[in-house]
Parts: sequence; C-alpha cells; structure tokens
Amino acid sequence: MSRRLWRGVTRNLVGFYAALALLYLFLPVFVVIVFSFNDNVGRFNFTWQGFTLDSWLNPCGVAGLCQAMIRSIQIAIVSTIVATALGTMVAFALVRHRFRGRAMTNLLIFLPMASPEVVLGSAMLALFLNVGVRTGFLTILLGHIMFNISYVVVTVKARLLGMDSRLEEAAMDLYADEWQTFRRVTLPLVTPGVVAAALLAFALSFDDFIITLFNSGNTTTFPLFVYGAAQRGIPPQINVMGTALFAVAFVVLLVGQVTRRFRRS
Amino acid sequence: MTTPQPTEDAELRLIGLTKRFGPVTAVDDLHLRVPSGAFIALLGPSGCGKTTTLRMVAGLEAPTAGQILLGDSDLTGLKPYRRPVNTVFQSYALFPHLDIYENVAFGLRRSGIKDVRAQVGQMLELVQLTGFERRRPSQVSGGQAQRVALARALINHPKMLLLDEPLGALDLKLRREMQLTLKRIQEEVRITFLHVTHDQEEAMTMADTIAVMSQGRIEQLGHPEQLYERPRTQFVANFLGQSNMLRATVDGRDGDLVTLRIADTTLVVPAEMLSHGMLTASGEVHVGVRPEKLDLAPVDDPVPQGRNALRGVVVDTSFMGTSTQYLVRTGWDQELTVFAQNRHTDVVAPGTRVRLTWRPEHAFVLDADTPTSAAAPQPAVAP
Amino acid sequence: MTQPLVAPAADTGADVAPPVRRRGRWIPYLLLLPGLLWLAIFFVLPMLTVASTSLQEGSLAQGYELTWRLANYTEAAQRYAAQFSRAFLFAAASTVLALVVSYPLAYFIAFKAGRWRNLLLLLVIAPFFTSFLIRTLAWKIILSDSGWVVGTFQTLGLLPEQGRLLATSVAVIAGLTYNFLPFMTLPLYASLEKIDRSLIEAATDLYASPFTAFWKVTWPLSLPGVVAGTLLTFIPAAGDFVNVRFLGTPSQSMIGNVIESRFLVVLDYPTAAALSFTLMLAILLLVGLYVRRAGTETIV
Repeated sequence: MSRRLWRGVTRNLVGFYAALALLYLFLPVFVVIVFSFNDNVGRFNFTWQGFTLDSWLNPCGVAGLCQAMIRSIQIAIVSTIVATALGTMVAFALVRHRFRGRAMTNLLIFLPMASPEVVLGSAMLALFLNVGVRTGFLTILLGHIMFNISYVVVTVKARLLGMDSRLEEAAMDLYADEWQTFRRVTLPLVTPGVVAAALLAFALSFDDFIITLFNSGNTTTFPLFVYGAAQRGIPPQINVMGTALFAVAFVVLLVGQVTRRFRRS
Repeated sequence: MTTPQPTEDAELRLIGLTKRFGPVTAVDDLHLRVPSGAFIALLGPSGCGKTTTLRMVAGLEAPTAGQILLGDSDLTGLKPYRRPVNTVFQSYALFPHLDIYENVAFGLRRSGIKDVRAQVGQMLELVQLTGFERRRPSQVSGGQAQRVALARALINHPKMLLLDEPLGALDLKLRREMQLTLKRIQEEVRITFLHVTHDQEEAMTMADTIAVMSQGRIEQLGHPEQLYERPRTQFVANFLGQSNMLRATVDGRDGDLVTLRIADTTLVVPAEMLSHGMLTASGEVHVGVRPEKLDLAPVDDPVPQGRNALRGVVVDTSFMGTSTQYLVRTGWDQELTVFAQNRHTDVVAPGTRVRLTWRPEHAFVLDADTPTSAAAPQPAVAP
Repeated sequence: MTQPLVAPAADTGADVAPPVRRRGRWIPYLLLLPGLLWLAIFFVLPMLTVASTSLQEGSLAQGYELTWRLANYTEAAQRYAAQFSRAFLFAAASTVLALVVSYPLAYFIAFKAGRWRNLLLLLVIAPFFTSFLIRTLAWKIILSDSGWVVGTFQTLGLLPEQGRLLATSVAVIAGLTYNFLPFMTLPLYASLEKIDRSLIEAATDLYASPFTAFWKVTWPLSLPGVVAGTLLTFIPAAGDFVNVRFLGTPSQSMIGNVIESRFLVVLDYPTAAALSFTLMLAILLLVGLYVRRAGTETIV
C-alpha cells in the first residue's frame, strides 16, 4: 500500500516538476512573442506599452536587420553544406575503416567541442591577424565550418554505429557492387543521421555569436545585429524575428517528427 | 536465371581452407566436398569456425589460405556479388527502408532485370507471403521475416544457398515448422543448401549430411544416423545426443567378436568396430553406449542370448514424459544414464539393484588414447 | 562467371593475415583528409598562433614581437585571477542548477511520458531556436526591477524592499543556467532512455525501495549522460561573456569578458592570447581529470 502511494506521489511529483521546468523553458519565449506586438516608443523594448501589429507588418523596417538576416542564412547554408560533407566523410572513415591515427583523429574532433567559443574565436582572429587576412564574410564562414565539422562527425557517427553492418553484407550477397550497396542501402539508412547533423549545423551556425564576433570585421550577421542593437536600442522587429525563428524551427521539427511517425506505421 | 536445375557443376569443394584472425585460427586447413543438390549442415558449438567457413564461401571473409571451388569455377578471390551463392543471414538482415516486395526483388534488380513482378509474386507464393508485399520488415513476425529472407535469397536461383543459423531467433514451435518448410523447399528447388547451426536436433532433422566441426576442423562427416550410431570421436559422441563411455581393456578375439573387460565384467563388441590401431596399442578402448540402447531389468532375470550385461544400483530417476531417465551406478562407481520407454513397467525405485543389457552391435568403440578430438586431418567427402 | 578463373590464390599461404581490403587501404585517408585538414588549418594552427602571440611583447603602435615573454602569463594570472575564479564559480553553479532542473525533466520524458515523449523532447529544444542573444535579452525583461519576478520575490520576502535581481551574480548565473540547458537535458535523456526497464524491475524485485532502486540502478546507469551533460554545459558557460554583458555589470565580469575586451577593444593581443590559452588549458585539464574520474569517454 505504502509502495503504491509512494509511486503515485513520485509520478505526480516528477510530472509536476517537469511541467514547471517546461514553463521555465518557455518563459523567455512568451516574453519574446508578447514584446513583438509591443507598441514601443522608446529606444529599448523593455516595458509593455500597448498592442500593435506594426512591427509584424514591417519586419524589415529597421535599417540593416533584414540584410543581417540574409547574411546569416547565407553563411549557415554554405557552412552546413561544407561541414556536413567533410564531417560525414570523417564519420565514415572512423566507423567503417581501419587506419593508423584513429586516436589522433578522435582527439582532433573532440578538442574543438571541448574548447570554449571565446578561445576558438580569439585563436582564429590571432591567426588572421598574423597572416594578414582581413576578417569578414569569408572568415566567419571558415570558422563556422570548423566548429560544425565536429558536431557533424559525432552525429553521423552515432547513426552509423547504430546501423547493422550485415545489411551491407546482405546487399553485396545479393549482387550489389560497392557503389550500388552504398547507393541503395548505406545511403538511405544513414540519411536521417546526415539530415539531423545538417539541421544541427545550420542551427549552430545561424545562432553563433561569439566566434562570429571575433572574426566578422565589418560584416554583420543577425546575432551581431542584435548585439549592436542591445547597446543602441532594441526595436520590436528583433522580437518579430525571434518569434519567426522559433515558429519556423518548431514547424520544421514537428513536421520531421510527424513524417517519421507516419512512415513507421 | 530460369528454372533451377541440379547441375553437376555446382559441387562445392573447399581445399585447405584456413582463416586466421591475428593469433586465432578460426578455420584450420579445412577440406570438404559437397555434391550438387545436397543439404549439408555444419554443426558445432559457437566458435568452432562454422560461421567463418560460411562467410568465406559467401565472400564476406577472405581466406588466409586455401581455395573455394564451385563446379568448375574458383570463387576464392571473388567479391560476394560475383558469386552465384546467396545467404540467409542470422536474424535475417532485411533492409528496413524497403518493403517486403523490394526486399525480395533486390537481387534481381541488381542483376539488371527490369520486370521482376512475376518472379517476386511466385517467390512470395512459395514462402506463403502473398499479400505482404507492401509491409515493412518491422511489420512482420519473426517467422515471416525468416521466410522473406529465404525468398530474397532463392529468387536469384543461386547455385548454392547458405543459411547462417537461420532459425536461431524463432521459438521452438515455429522452429519445428520452419525446419519442415526449409526441407520441403530444398527438395523442391534442388539447390545445394549449406546450413550452419549449433542445434544438433535441427541438423539431424533437416540435413542429409552433417559435418561436425570443432576448433576450425571437421571432426566427422556423414549421414545423421551414421554420425549418431558410429561417432568416431568423443566430441561427436557427446555433441550429438548423449553417450555412456566405458573404459575397457581388450581381452582377446573370438571370431567376429572382441572380448573386453571392465573390472570383473566381460563385454563383447563386433571386431569390425575396432580399427587395427586400437588392437595393437595400449590395449585400452572406450566403449560408448547410447542411453536408449540400454535395457533395464531386475538383477535376477536371465541375460538374453547374445547381449552384454552389467550390474548396478539405481541412484536416481526422473520422469520425462515418453520415457524415464535413470542414473545407474556400476560396480566400479561410474554413473550410467538409461532412457526407458514408459510402456508397461512401473518406475524402478532408487536403491534397486538392476542389470543393464544391450546388443553388442549397438555400442561403438573409440580409441582410448585419442582425447576428445580426432587430430588426423582427413579429407572429408560427403557421401 | 562460367569460365575457369586464372590463378588459384597461391600467395595467401603466409603467416600474416592480409588486410581485408588490400586495395582500399588509402580510402580512409582520403575520407579523412579534407575534414582533418580543415581542422588543422582553422583549429590547430590558430591554437599555435595564440600560443606564440601569448609570448609576444610590444605595443599596438610599434607592433608586437615574439620575445618568449612568459611574464605575460604571470601578469595576466595575477591581474585577472578574480575573473578566472568567477568564471569557474559561475559555470559550476549554473552547471549544478542545470542538472537539478534537467534531471527530473529528462527522467520524466524517458520513463513517464509514454507517447508524448517525442513531443516533449521537441518542446525542450524549441525555445533554443529563438536565438541566444534574444532569449538573454528576454531574461533582462523578466528580471528587470519593475518585473513581476522581482515583485513576487519582494512580496515573499526573498528579496529586500529595494533589492534587485538584474545586474547581480544571481541574474548572470540564471542566464547561464537557462542558455545551456538543452546541452544538459539531451545527453541526460539519451542515457536514461537507454536503461533497460527490467533492470529497475529486477532491483525492486530484489527488495529495493523505489528510492534505492533509483539510487543504486538508475542513477549509476545514467552517469554517462551526467558526465556528458555537465561538460557540455560547463565548457560554454565558463567561456561566456554575453550573460554578464546583458544581465550583469562589470563587477561580475568573467574571464570571457576580459578576453573579448583585450582582443577586440584594447587590442592588447599578448595578454588576450595568454588568457585565452590559459583558459583552454585549464578547461582541458578539468575535463581530463573529470572524465578520468568518471571513467567514461562519452563525448566522442
């Protein structure tokens, strides 16, 4: 009896706690959404003054905001493509091949993830200063690809490790040569992992602030724009963008999950 | 790629096949000939090299030494997809991203065949899975997945089908059912089946030839009955069923019979069971008797004409449904197992003094000097 | 297939087993080359440059020169000891808080959520797509002096009448905790989800109370997730400077703030590089000790 009672209490307790934690997670999101409708008059969008749709109807009304947004998207797309390609190749080598220097490779993949961004960003800047490379769009891109490679390797590697290598043997046994085996069996099975890695890389690149700040020169990405605005004055359009990002990400994740469930049944 | 025909050129020959993984020798100078259309089982405990042998035939493992010939072609260095053999993998390895239809059609499509519908349909009918075409492997039961794996391999009309513990993941009832299905299909298509298993009962039910493997070598090769009735090594004697092994001294020869002695008991066995070597060596041999060949009788009953007899005391009985298992302690303190059919007699109580009898030709004789394995590498040829 | 094949494999009788794919031996190196080359140029080389910059001497006007001046390190360490210790203190505090918030949440999702599991996971990740800076600014609104949080705290007596949250260490730690929460929750969830339920049932069967079952079975089995989560939270938190900038004041400044301003504002490159390199080494040392202590290589 007491055990059942205890179990009931713990279940509800943990559930209650989880609900509180979720509320905590969403608290800033609510604030961001609410203040995107604020009829702001001052420089800083910090106090509620009234409802308006102005910022939503005119999201690019702040100079430079939409350009920064577009630049961020460009950087995120390019860095995602390059990092996903390079990282996937490394993951394949690590899981499917035997070679000398595996420990070194693992260390080299691990270290960028174990370094604080401020170290990575400042180190890259030190290199660019020494070599005399002007920082800007290109240097941001180089940096984003660098930190994304590690995350792609780890994500794709996990997927590959979870894949039954007998499936590839079965394909070879059924007259598929190396290329056909890769094309018909390995690739379709590893694709979810590669897609997950690419989404992660995109999100990390798009939202990166610290490494970007060090290597941006005169180029302004969306996070850099927000950072500048935080000192000069924050227009509600920034909240509009934040809300839109949240909505887009939510829909993408939801659709991904629904299609996966749909496919399974 | 048309009708399967038992062709003469599908004889499998393994010549000196060896596989080493670093310091471990998995398959050790293995010689084997499997005639076209045979159903052969590689039987042995895990780690005996049976799966490695199969994988080398499939091309999934490269031999360290030796040759693999199928008919008149040498498969040794060929990639798996260049070999006219197909495999039913352990736990099936069905492609999770393809439905049943595409799984079965996979091999045909890779061979460049465009219109596969008729063949896939036929194949699914053969394994009784018509109507399952659009299901995913995750949506079928274990037994159905097993049959998909079989269809996926057979549809290519391989010269040889390799089965790697194909029934291991099924429950007992389903396993029995699949054993019969596999046997039926093999008789229908007449392709050579090379079946790897650790289950002696499965091997005996299905295969017409069994190769018992141990430590990378073939211990003995033959028909199931032959292996059971005349095992050549203790390993085979104990791996296939149970045996009572009696250590006896050769006393002398009396026509077609040889007299043996254990303590104060005298036994006879047919002389042909003793090889020349056994007679001239130390004078000791092992006599094996299967538990079901022993008859249990009251100690005072007369010994029937021509039967061996020895006395003992029942120390334990266990009822097993169709039979009762007795443990009988002999005068020299060895415990023998006896299976007695439960027909008319009552169960004999522990402590009862009994006499065990058996026909001389129901025993088998092994060299007492060779330990559990026959070391001499002899080329094994399937009959 | 039908024609007899030429040579029997006669060369394989050697004692050494040949590699499985003799012809494909160079393939892994080809696969590794671009990625590792990238990391060599844009990670290893920058690290070496930082190391060399940290030993330079000079001024911005006259230029800096490599003089192997190790004093850069001792001077920086003396001058910024407070910022260093604050960074590690704040990071440790926020890591512990993140663990306290995340563990029950991850536990609930892994064990109790049933078919809502995936939706809940999505809800955990989704807030972090609002952009790092924007959600930190949102906390600035939430914790502001006129906000309801401060009001509530004051009413409950948790905060004095004129007390504030914004521009204090509490706000900075709260921001750090929030911002890196998914790095804690997701690894925890991943390792909790892997635990075989029958193990917990076995523990209860062997007379463990639910609490003992948790403490003796669930918790130890989730340790890989705890190790990964704490590392993934601690590392970015220790190097962060945004939360101090938005939620704190210069008197809460962490080592990240110093590196940022030395590099980008003051342009005192040797000091900045020395600090950067020290931070890197300190973190690697901590990570190494921690991973060895925990006994698992969980990250890669």
